Amino acid sequence: MHLVYPAVLAALLFSVGLYGVLARRNAILVLMSVELMLNAVNLNLVAFDVWLRDTLHAGQALTLFTIAIAAAEIGIGLAIVLLVYRNRGTADVDRLRDLNEGEDAERYAADTDIPVDPARADGDRPNGPDKKAEAVA
Amino acid sequence: MTGTADVTALAANAHGFLSPAGVEILFLLVGIVTLGAAVVTVTTKQLVHAALWLVAALGGLAVEYLLLTAEFIAWVQVLIYVGSVVVLLLFGLMLTKAPIGRSPDADSGNRWAALAVAVAAAAALVWVVVDAFRATWIDLDGAVQGSTKVSGESLFRYWVLPFEALSVLLLAALVGAIVLSRRDIDGGTKKQPGTTGKAGKADKGGKH
Repeated sequence: MHLVYPAVLAALLFSVGLYGVLARRNAILVLMSVELMLNAVNLNLVAFDVWLRDTLHAGQALTLFTIAIAAAEIGIGLAIVLLVYRNRGTADVDRLRDLNEGEDAERYAADTDIPVDPARADGDRPNGPDKKAEAVA
Repeated sequence: MTGTADVTALAANAHGFLSPAGVEILFLLVGIVTLGAAVVTVTTKQLVHAALWLVAALGGLAVEYLLLTAEFIAWVQVLIYVGSVVVLLLFGLMLTKAPIGRSPDADSGNRWAALAVAVAAAAALVWVVVDAFRATWIDLDGAVQGSTKVSGESLFRYWVLPFEALSVLLLAALVGAIVLSRRDIDGGTKKQPGTTGKAGKADKGGKH
């Protein structure tokens, strides 16, 4: 088999994942795109391992490690996304603008006291998205 | 018919049931399906459909691993990605109350910039890869590269230490996920003000 086939497929999958990471708004869809990018890397590792006939099988061992790290990453990532959703009422990465600087910084600072007040962290969810929504609008 | 001759020749080589040209054609077809599924995954407006198309893309990649004679990786891919990662993603979609139907704001406003970046990256990568490996062929005949026996021997002979370190990493990640997603830490501090609440908060901060 020509080595170009798996290499080109991996490059295109990586680019598709890159588009998804940059263009998606929901954080879970961003995580899906990250999985696509990791899988493109895995395909490259397997293809080059088979091509080089490595005696240590470094490519396949690293592929297994990448799969395990991706599983760990998706677990932590989903926990973080759920925590953000629970605190803010949204999982849209476009709305998480508390560290934003610019002409709207004062307006954001005026009404986004959510992260610095741990007592409100769990209770009143409806306040979060409304304030964020009007801050965005 | 050439098929039977090829099959017998390849069976003598302890290799699969497809001729080399058949492997190549099947790789191309499955690659096209995988790429299409990936594109639909990142462009569809329905969030749950994105997860299901991701299953198609990851399953197609598992078939590609099989065609590259990396059998163990293929089944690990099916087990971990299709079996658990996608289920985790679906749980995440469910717990964040993702809309079931079409959600028009699935893509952010900078999608055209993202498209430009992705197309530029794809063009650069594909050009470099094609130019670099234009005369390189993978020899898929001979012994299977990634059978369970071979993978297990290399993994537990040369890669034992990273393997064990990775198991510790997985344990730490899962404990971290549990700690992050527990609800009763904040609730406990709220219900019991005073010293116990502060202790609980400090404990939570330490675990993070």
